[in-house]
Amino acid sequence: MSEQEKEFYSRSKDSKYGKRIKKFTRTKESLIKFFFAVNGVMALIFIILIFIFLFKEGFKALEHIGLLDFISTNRIGTDGSSQTVYEWYPTSTEPRYSLIPLILGTLLTAIPATLISTLFGVAAGIYLSEIANPKWKEFLKPMIELFAGIPTVVLGFIMLVIGASFFNDLLHPDNRLNAFVASIGLSFVIIPVIASLTEDALHSIPNDLRMASYGLGATKWQTISKVILPAAFSGVSASIILGFGRAIGETMIVLMASGNAANITTNIFLSVRTMTATIAAEMGEVSQGSDHYYSLFFIGIVLFTITFILNLIAELIINKMRKKNTF
Amino acid sequence: MKEIKIITKNLSLFYGDKQALKNISLEIQDKKVTAFIGPSGCGKSTFLRVLNRMNDLIDNVKIEGEVSVDGVNIYDKNIDVVNLRKNIGMVFQKSNLFPKTIYENIVYGPKINGIKDKKTLDEIVEKTCIQSAIWNEVKDRLNDNALSLSGGQQQRLCIARALAVEPEIILMDEPASALDPISTAKIEELIHDLKQRYTIVIVTHNMQQAARVSDMTAFFYIGELIEFDRTTKIFTNPSIKQTEDYITGRFG
Repeated sequence: MSEQEKEFYSRSKDSKYGKRIKKFTRTKESLIKFFFAVNGVMALIFIILIFIFLFKEGFKALEHIGLLDFISTNRIGTDGSSQTVYEWYPTSTEPRYSLIPLILGTLLTAIPATLISTLFGVAAGIYLSEIANPKWKEFLKPMIELFAGIPTVVLGFIMLVIGASFFNDLLHPDNRLNAFVASIGLSFVIIPVIASLTEDALHSIPNDLRMASYGLGATKWQTISKVILPAAFSGVSASIILGFGRAIGETMIVLMASGNAANITTNIFLSVRTMTATIAAEMGEVSQGSDHYYSLFFIGIVLFTITFILNLIAELIINKMRKKNTF
Repeated sequence: MKEIKIITKNLSLFYGDKQALKNISLEIQDKKVTAFIGPSGCGKSTFLRVLNRMNDLIDNVKIEGEVSVDGVNIYDKNIDVVNLRKNIGMVFQKSNLFPKTIYENIVYGPKINGIKDKKTLDEIVEKTCIQSAIWNEVKDRLNDNALSLSGGQQQRLCIARALAVEPEIILMDEPASALDPISTAKIEELIHDLKQRYTIVIVTHNMQQAARVSDMTAFFYIGELIEFDRTTKIFTNPSIKQTEDYITGRFG
């Protein structure tokens, strides 16, 4: 090291550039960093722990009951004949654990609810994004989003007391509380979800595309249907899928308005029982560690798997569309 | 012999309380290129959008005065705006192709006008692509996504798309401002070819471009039309001092 360099480096102590960071400051910084990191990771850890617990308890059901018994049960009749039944009677002396009626019940409420909500929700989203004047939209969109925040038990209660009677008089269904009433109730929750997300998706389409379309002499409707909606296809389908996911997972409304009879049916005017309502209704009264208890966890796994697969399929479709980028 | 295509008389435009265009009167000739020049915010783009009523899409815009195309006042309340825009094509500053195939982009206009026959549509695609000098580059990839083209190609495709609805007038709002010199040259060449058949109005920031492509030039400054004359006159011997200051680069 030359004299010059030595002198240069010796300066570092009193130079204003060479000030050392205080140990306290450094510890404080790393503590703050640690605090936020822990909180960030904690949310993830809780979710993972919930899954581990769910699968641990749920798979015990397979040891005790067996996978096939979750589909059907062989019953020996009084005359000795064997009969395959698809029934959910976990508390019977001869317990039957078929999930088929519960899965059908879930689909029979969630699918009509999603169809109704897609119709109204997408229309509402288009109205908000493309047609409503800005002032009116500023008022309307928060209102719609507020609607999604109504406690579902309130909606369930309204459907149970008022909705069911109304549709009973109007349509004379087989059961007063039925899948149709439940799906109308579900729609109240899902329409705001779809409307709000559809609005977001449409709003994110650059104005240039609208200008291009109007500039070519397209009407408002042609612009919406041929340019805006196709360009926002992935966003709109994502909103519908999220709505469907919400419909499958929703509990209070179906618990209160669907009638809760585990029928195997495709008749929308019969009472049905969904997977979520079964867990909610029975978990509180089941004796811990019993076959019934584990089977409820198994329903949880099924529920989780169904939503997972649905989301996966949707994601794949959207990705494929995005890659082609031609709608 | 000069044939007039568009006439504006005492045209004023307000955004809310702010006056963006002041009493503009000018005549645009048929099958000629008319360039609007002027510094940013001088109202040249706004005035361009007056000509196909694109400003209708913006809230709070009020227009006074008269705009006539082929002798018809286009701000008459009985005028069908959609039909008007079919006859006045527009090319924007930023290429705004739809996220569809090249083919679909061009046939969008004809299709919404009710042309369904596949053969007719194919012919339109070929014709407009040749006209807009892009046919050789896209003929083998008509089913590719239009957004996979380069910036210059996209802008020429925008022109092809505008031609597909068979307008008589084409409005261009700084069509080459986002392009490299080679693509710009191609666009300018294209404008030369197109003026045989179309009346072209072009807004440009680039004065050399205006000098190269246009027959007539209008100079705008803060919402006013300062001077409007033959391009050669404007660029060699302008009669108003402000115009001279601008084109010689003393301000703007």
